[in-house]
Amino acid sequence: MLHKETLTGAGMWSKVIKRGRTLKLTDLEGGANVGMLLYNAYEKHERYNMPDTLKGQYIFHLKYPYCLHSDMGRLFASIVADSVGWHDTVSGASDAESVKSKYGQGDYQELRNDFYRNAQECFLIELAKWGLGKRDLVPNINWFSKIVADEEGKLSFVEGHSKAGDSVELRFELDTLVVLNTCPHPFDPNPEYKPKPVELSISEAAPVSADDPSLQIRSENQRAYHNTSVYNQLRF
Amino acid sequence: MLTESTLDPANAVYRQVIKAGDHWSHVIKKGQTFRILDLEGNQAADTLFYNAHDPVDRYSASDTIRCQQALYLTTGSKLMSTDGNILLEITADTCGRHDTLGGACSRESNTMRYALEKEPMHACRDSFICGLHHHSHDLGKRDITCNINFFMNVPVTPEGGLSFEDGISAPGRYVEMLAHMDVIALISNCPQLNNPCNAYNPTPVEVLIWD
Repeated sequence: MLHKETLTGAGMWSKVIKRGRTLKLTDLEGGANVGMLLYNAYEKHERYNMPDTLKGQYIFHLKYPYCLHSDMGRLFASIVADSVGWHDTVSGASDAESVKSKYGQGDYQELRNDFYRNAQECFLIELAKWGLGKRDLVPNINWFSKIVADEEGKLSFVEGHSKAGDSVELRFELDTLVVLNTCPHPFDPNPEYKPKPVELSISEAAPVSADDPSLQIRSENQRAYHNTSVYNQLRF
Repeated sequence: MLTESTLDPANAVYRQVIKAGDHWSHVIKKGQTFRILDLEGNQAADTLFYNAHDPVDRYSASDTIRCQQALYLTTGSKLMSTDGNILLEITADTCGRHDTLGGACSRESNTMRYALEKEPMHACRDSFICGLHHHSHDLGKRDITCNINFFMNVPVTPEGGLSFEDGISAPGRYVEMLAHMDVIALISNCPQLNNPCNAYNPTPVEVLIWD
């Protein structure tokens, strides 16, 4: 393991993680939510793409052994371990208005560092530190949160989905700027603002083999991995 | 939800046919009504909207889904921006369901989805870039976000699968929306030849605007 830290509830974090390394997220108390956006560390106009990730793999949710696709036909990361089995990527991020209308006024002056942060603002604060901003906001991932759709497309939040100790692990295929925060999921039904902490740990990954489950699950992933390999060969 | 319009095309202040594979953009003023008409059926009208006075404030698929807590777009759906503004609201819909999960095709994503040798084929995200350059050369790839696919049917199953089904649109079906603010509308009339959802046959759509 290269690095380990705990991110408090409603915390935010951004780092570049090199290809060939893994990021493991662990839900320490149960009921965590990790909002995540991904960018190419060098060409930041290349970013996580929810539609390509979903339609390329014929899925509505993320789980092992599926991949996180960029908008350039490449892979940011593969999900190499997952004790949860369902993660949301369609519901987006809370904003100031939705947090205020759901939880009420939660200012720093009264609450100090327990004040009510919203996910969009956390993304924008971290993005600004890399020269990015509102133009770079796109649909994000919400790790540990399960959202199901009925036949009419109505969405509902499944309570009690992620338990204390549950984890998901990503292997990066591109050098990736990872931007995340631990604000509550926008559909979390808890009327109290109770963001949960998450442990982050980064390790070296084993080399990718030809029979890697993420590449075997869909031929689309093999072609995206090919595109990624060509990019890395030419770039480095 | 199927809802017919009472507006008469004879009274429209603007009408334009967008040929298959072409891009089109136009400013729609606050209070105007905008219709997209599927002339031959099951054509994907890949569409983005921007606040005309601040294009950074643009259509947001995830904010739209979050605000209505539902996936599909139809009558009553409010098309939301990143800043939480209502750009437009769908006021009539004779198709019944439109997609905002499937995004747009690109030359790069075609290599991933279909085959590496599909890379030269014309694709929506290139059309979006050309359309944005009409408004400003400061706009470009960074401003292309996850779009709406009017007339496309991309159902999600309770088990979490996603599929591209035969369209539920037909010749003459339309979707109509009221602009809540001045917006730039940008359409790529999808040139995709590899997907059965349009019967491998891209066709024209018509856009109409009423004051």
